[in-house]
Amino acid sequence: MPITAYLVLAALVFAIGLFGVLTRRNAVGILLGIELMLNAVNINLAAFARFHADVNGLVFALFTIAITVAEVGLGLAIVIVIFRVRRTIDADHLTLLRG
Amino acid sequence: MTASAVAILGLPFASFLVLALVRPLRRSGRPAGLLSIVAIAAAFVLALTLLASHGRMEASWSWIPADGGPMATVGVLVDDLTIAMLVLITLVSLLVQVYSLAYLHDETAPALGRYYAYQSLFAFSMLGLVLAPSFVQMFVFWELVGLCSYLLIGFWYDRPSAARAALKAFWITKLGDLGFVAGIVMLWSATGTFHFGTLFGMARQGTLPAEGLGLVMFLIYLGAVGKSAQFPLHVWLPDAMEGPTPVSALIHAATMVTAGVFLVTRAQPLFALTPDVLALIGWVGAGTALLAATMACVENDIKRVLAYSTVSQLGYMMAAAGAMAASAGFFHLLTHGLFKALLFLGAGALIHAVGTNDIFRMGGLWRAMPQTGIVFLIGTLALSGVWPLAGFFSKEAVLGGVWEGEMLVPFLMLLLTAFLTAFYMFRVVFIAFFGRPHAAADHPHDPPALMAIPLWVLALATVGVGILLALRGSAHHGPGWLAPLSLALAAGGIALAWATYQRGIVSADRLVALFRPIDFMARRRYGLDALYVGLYRAFILGFSRLIGWVDRYIVDGVLNVLSAWTLKGGDQLRRIQSGQPQDYVYGMAFGTLLLFVWVQWWWR
Repeated sequence: MPITAYLVLAALVFAIGLFGVLTRRNAVGILLGIELMLNAVNINLAAFARFHADVNGLVFALFTIAITVAEVGLGLAIVIVIFRVRRTIDADHLTLLRG
Repeated sequence: MTASAVAILGLPFASFLVLALVRPLRRSGRPAGLLSIVAIAAAFVLALTLLASHGRMEASWSWIPADGGPMATVGVLVDDLTIAMLVLITLVSLLVQVYSLAYLHDETAPALGRYYAYQSLFAFSMLGLVLAPSFVQMFVFWELVGLCSYLLIGFWYDRPSAARAALKAFWITKLGDLGFVAGIVMLWSATGTFHFGTLFGMARQGTLPAEGLGLVMFLIYLGAVGKSAQFPLHVWLPDAMEGPTPVSALIHAATMVTAGVFLVTRAQPLFALTPDVLALIGWVGAGTALLAATMACVENDIKRVLAYSTVSQLGYMMAAAGAMAASAGFFHLLTHGLFKALLFLGAGALIHAVGTNDIFRMGGLWRAMPQTGIVFLIGTLALSGVWPLAGFFSKEAVLGGVWEGEMLVPFLMLLLTAFLTAFYMFRVVFIAFFGRPHAAADHPHDPPALMAIPLWVLALATVGVGILLALRGSAHHGPGWLAPLSLALAAGGIALAWATYQRGIVSADRLVALFRPIDFMARRRYGLDALYVGLYRAFILGFSRLIGWVDRYIVDGVLNVLSAWTLKGGDQLRRIQSGQPQDYVYGMAFGTLLLFVWVQWWWR
């Protein structure tokens, strides 16, 4: 399979993730979207590592996975705290930063 | 001699510096006063040694360096004129400073210290003025005495009237000073020197460029008009009476206001070249003398009577200078300095005792305050020109000088002034000392020794100088009928005041009715104050309003519009910060997209 196929797949996953981030109102949904976008990057890294025969890309992908896990853990923790305080995780209502 | 001349100048200055810089000493009050008194007393002793030595000397040091020698020098010039002034200034300063210790005993200690700091500065400035060997140095000290006058008139600066009077004095004298400085600069550009000796030498040899000299001397004379309260710039002097009475005695009677006369006397060789300016000086002097005398006749405030009297006597001196008899004018300056300071200090004792300036609220004080009465009477007789007091001789010298200068009309004006002088001074004496005792004054009494001693010293000086002159049979010029005539005029004035205010033979109301137009004008100060206020309102206030309008609506307007736009723009931009995380993500995604598009199509 040519590398283009991998890249197209990654782009699709990224776009789907972005779409999720932009349209979801639920904070957990937004986190899921971010997760998809990060994994699209992982696909790219793995594909390039394979086609360049360079193991560095795979190392990076592993790093990304670890960081993603940490990020999701933190993100969910924040969501839980917000829920405890505000009794909602609907992004429409979380507008404390409005100017 | 140089050393003592410089020391006379340096002592009061050192006292001022110490008082100005050592805060605890200044705020301690009486010790500050003692320091100042010691300094001026030492200066007085030195001035007496100079008087005894009768020397002439001049020393100068270069000041403003320029190509081809210094442009201006500083130095000291001692001659008979200077020595006489030095003795007068240090004597009156010393007495006034001693007197003030008692007169101002109600002041707080810091205020008293401030007073003595100003007094020392004034003594320094005035001494510097008379010691100056060049126009530039004289001008510097001229301005310094103006500053001290401002500070001391406004000594009670929390009184609005005093603050206003101080400003008025400052600005009106500045009007004349502008002429003075313009004159000396023009003189310099014509001759290349400020130095008196050089200028007088040129005047004697006739090498002074005559062209434009009339204007130059007129401008220099303007400085004297402002400082010596000549018509029409005399309006500041009566208002200056808002200051403490000892200040009036020192600055506004004996010393600073005579600076103008001193200037004209000093620059006599130059003025002699411009007969037109001299005639103007004579006419203005005589006019001022008469005008101020009429105003003194209708004034009820004892200090203002004395102030108008000072203006009037300054007019006398100027008239003499204008008639080429500057030495007579200067002679009158010296004697007048003594007895006018005496009168002011006596008036201060009265005010101190009864707590009012209004002569109609005094009355019957002769019995209550015999000492003050006697010295005040001596001063009054001297001012009226009664033989054998000092004022008689100097007044006669002035009248003789003006007669010989062939200025007939000014001479007649001065004769009338002599009559009025005796009248208004004895009006004060009869009303304040011999009238019915006034209920308002509770137990007035003679002043304490600190105030009485200066009074007696000045009274003795007035009598002593007079007797000395009488014994010496001073070589007065003028026709033989002059002395009897001036005595008769003085006696007439005294008699009229006696008949009017003591015996009531002549009704004061009838006198007023007789001279209604003059009375009407004199009570309104000949409309000069109103005129100045009108001019001030019309021009200065009008111009200020215009400038204010420009500032408010054009300068501020531009800035206000700019700031309003900034505010509005900020308010509009604020709305894009919605606080919704997804809106920010939209922004980021869209921006990234734009970057991609840009890279795709427009890169390179």
